[in-house]
Amino acid sequence: MLNMINFKLNGKNINLKIHPLKRLVDILRDDLQLTGTKEGCGEGECGACAVLLDDKLVNSCLVPAALLEDKSVLTIEGYRNTEKFKVLSACFEKAGSVQCGFCTPGMILAAEALLRQNPKPLEGEIRAALAGNLCRCTGYNLIVEAILLAAKEGEGLWSKSIDL
Amino acid sequence: MGNISNPVKRFDFDEKVDGRAQYCADIKLEQMLYAKTLRSEKARAKIASIEIPHLPPGYFIVDQNDIPGKNIVPIVYEDQPFLAPNRVNYIGEPILLVVGPDKPSILDILKKIKVNYEELKPVLSIAEAQELQEEYIFANKPCFVEYAYSKGNIAEAIKNSKFFIEDEFRTGYQEQAYLETQSMIGVYEDNRVTVYGSMQCPYYVKEALIQALGWPEDRIRVIQLPTGGGFGGKEDYPSIIGVHAGLAAIKAQKPVQLVLDRQEDISCSTKRHPAIIKIRSYIDDQDQITAQEIDIKTDAGAYAGLSSVVLQRLMYSASGVYNIKNLKVQARAYATNQVVSGAFRGFGGPQAFFAIEMHMENIAQQLNQDSLELKREYFFQQGDTSSTSGLFQYPIKLDEIATEIAKMSSYRRKRQLYSSQKERLRGIGCSVFSHGCGFTGDNEEKLIKPKVRLKKYSYNCVQIFVSSTEIGQGALTTLRKIVAQALEIPIEWVKHEYPDTDFCPNSGPTVASRTIMIIGKLLYDCALEMKDRWNEEEFDITHEYVYPKNLKWDNEKFQGNAYPEYSWGANVVEVEIDPITYTLNILGIWAVYDIGTPIDEKIVKGQIEGGIVQGLGFGCMEVLNSKNGQLLQSSLTDYLIPTAVDFPEIESKLIHNPYENGPFGARGLGELSLVGAAPALALAIQNAIGQKVTQIPVTPEYIMELMQNAKYD
Repeated sequence: MLNMINFKLNGKNINLKIHPLKRLVDILRDDLQLTGTKEGCGEGECGACAVLLDDKLVNSCLVPAALLEDKSVLTIEGYRNTEKFKVLSACFEKAGSVQCGFCTPGMILAAEALLRQNPKPLEGEIRAALAGNLCRCTGYNLIVEAILLAAKEGEGLWSKSIDL
Repeated sequence: MGNISNPVKRFDFDEKVDGRAQYCADIKLEQMLYAKTLRSEKARAKIASIEIPHLPPGYFIVDQNDIPGKNIVPIVYEDQPFLAPNRVNYIGEPILLVVGPDKPSILDILKKIKVNYEELKPVLSIAEAQELQEEYIFANKPCFVEYAYSKGNIAEAIKNSKFFIEDEFRTGYQEQAYLETQSMIGVYEDNRVTVYGSMQCPYYVKEALIQALGWPEDRIRVIQLPTGGGFGGKEDYPSIIGVHAGLAAIKAQKPVQLVLDRQEDISCSTKRHPAIIKIRSYIDDQDQITAQEIDIKTDAGAYAGLSSVVLQRLMYSASGVYNIKNLKVQARAYATNQVVSGAFRGFGGPQAFFAIEMHMENIAQQLNQDSLELKREYFFQQGDTSSTSGLFQYPIKLDEIATEIAKMSSYRRKRQLYSSQKERLRGIGCSVFSHGCGFTGDNEEKLIKPKVRLKKYSYNCVQIFVSSTEIGQGALTTLRKIVAQALEIPIEWVKHEYPDTDFCPNSGPTVASRTIMIIGKLLYDCALEMKDRWNEEEFDITHEYVYPKNLKWDNEKFQGNAYPEYSWGANVVEVEIDPITYTLNILGIWAVYDIGTPIDEKIVKGQIEGGIVQGLGFGCMEVLNSKNGQLLQSSLTDYLIPTAVDFPEIESKLIHNPYENGPFGARGLGELSLVGAAPALALAIQNAIGQKVTQIPVTPEYIMELMQNAKYD
């Protein structure tokens, strides 16, 4: 059984005839070749597949296609063209937040989701916001540091909506 | 050209941060098929028959009959098949692959395959293996290897001792839990097979393919892809699935992708060895530790794998950083019908240092001494000999490390306070440790013979050719830095790509904290030679490792320099335990290391932070138990690794102590940072609750048990 699903992806309208239970991570990776979204566990634990769904951070392995109707999805492929990404990326570089890189796109989107809601987060708030994104390389502190830095360096930018 | 330690931007940064890096599962080749593995459901059984359902067109099976060469993984001992021939030895052992174009249809076929087993009595623990009288798993003995070595005159020391203090410690399994699961792509074209994938050791995979296929090596090529973490887990296991992908591609005559799912990866790939370590220290009438007897047992699982080498590192580290004049160490790696234990960052070191650090604390307590001061009395110094009687030829700065960490963490004040303050469950612990850099003994030369190649092009470009992999630790950046600095050229002139066995010589595996110290030094030497010939147009320089003349090693007696050189460190952890729930709140983490010259301070910090957190996970969170040969945790939902909220920030420092044979004075770091974290944490917990901690992970349940038992005593 296939259904027509309409949603916005990285600012563009998408119409796809797909099974309503197909996972968003598979739609992104297999149907649309957007492989910046990674699959680490397939059960919503690791956050490697995190994307923004109507500005909220979700694990795309837990989102079935049917839930996408009329919604807006943002992946790293869309986000990397923004001013905000440039700030976050520079801060991740400065703090040494990237090692194997597999968790990184999810971490970047988790940071965006936090900073949008809370442009001046405290360290504890950052840790709580990242608690759904696993990283096995950095021990997290270097990522927390990057986000603290990004809050400062991108001051005024974070509460703005994303212009794609 | 600045100081080599000044951080530079990682060369793999841009493609990783914006999601452009193509890991194995991100690659889709034309006409690519998928493979999924049928695995044993029994811990020990003969396979009587396998019933395969009718396969739709385009789908096929790959099994032992598709292996033209030898169905044995080439590793230290040749006992492990690539695909089970007619018997299985652990739950999760690969039996066959189903290959085809559609993933759901492959799963459907897998479900319909019926394996008829004749079950045999499995060996499910070290204790069961010890009691075994017949039907051994490996040859005609209960263990894969049994080792012993000694130092000094143990009998004499025991005779002259006043009493002994003995402890037994246990450590559990640990799963590497790299974020990217094991994955490979096999491609067959022009009469050659190429395997692409996530791996630490391209030449291990190549050697495995040569053995399985029986083909000449020029028909086999292995290329590393961006790899989402390794931690030892991608040292030996990729040889198995690399061969699976290769076999499937050859049979299909099409590319085949094999990606393990998380459950499969946790259940079936290699783990850190569970260990039981007994230490008995003999004390004389001056309260001096004059001798130690140490007995080590590990659960190696169903096949020998790397267990012999892990056991060697464990036993060389068993008496810690202490100059114990008389020593007797025996060690066995037992064969059991469990998942195969293998390489994991630290490689036996974490088990050894947990045991010896707890034991030294217990001695200090019994002798009524401060434990850090007691340890200090026995710290190795330049001119001493190691546990294997190898001369320490270079300065050892353990005293400075201990002084620095005590100062940074206010260790003494807190220790005194917490020892007297009983109303709050607070404690602080300090571990002191080392890690041998490079391969054990003279194996760098005897076994590995690493080679590196540096090529100069006619224009301003130099290229590094090594088989060392980038697994997140920064090799694509740090090796460039070494070459650029030695040549005194801009780093942008140095090219370095993910290794491809068609172009890169065998520099050995990316393991054993050897990439900077061994491979980096070989490249440094190439670069110095190139600098002298800089006016020539296009040329190559190849260097091969030569065992330093000032080292010696007897591999029969385990005597001499067990490692070319060591890195050193100390950790302090401060904890508070909730008196109701027994959960841990980590209040502070401090670390001091001597790794010689840091090649890039930012990359070094990343290795320190990540290693400590992985070590703390080993110490208090990462529970992985086996029942009837089945691992009880098989997902990231029930196998808990640290998250961003579990541990606070880490304060770390480096001690300046350049090593004359390292590139710009550098030694190894990758594993060291994991080694000391768990013992520092366990010591802090012991200090907080006043009860002996004898096993890790120290879970709230275990703390409760210790505290309740204490109440009834």
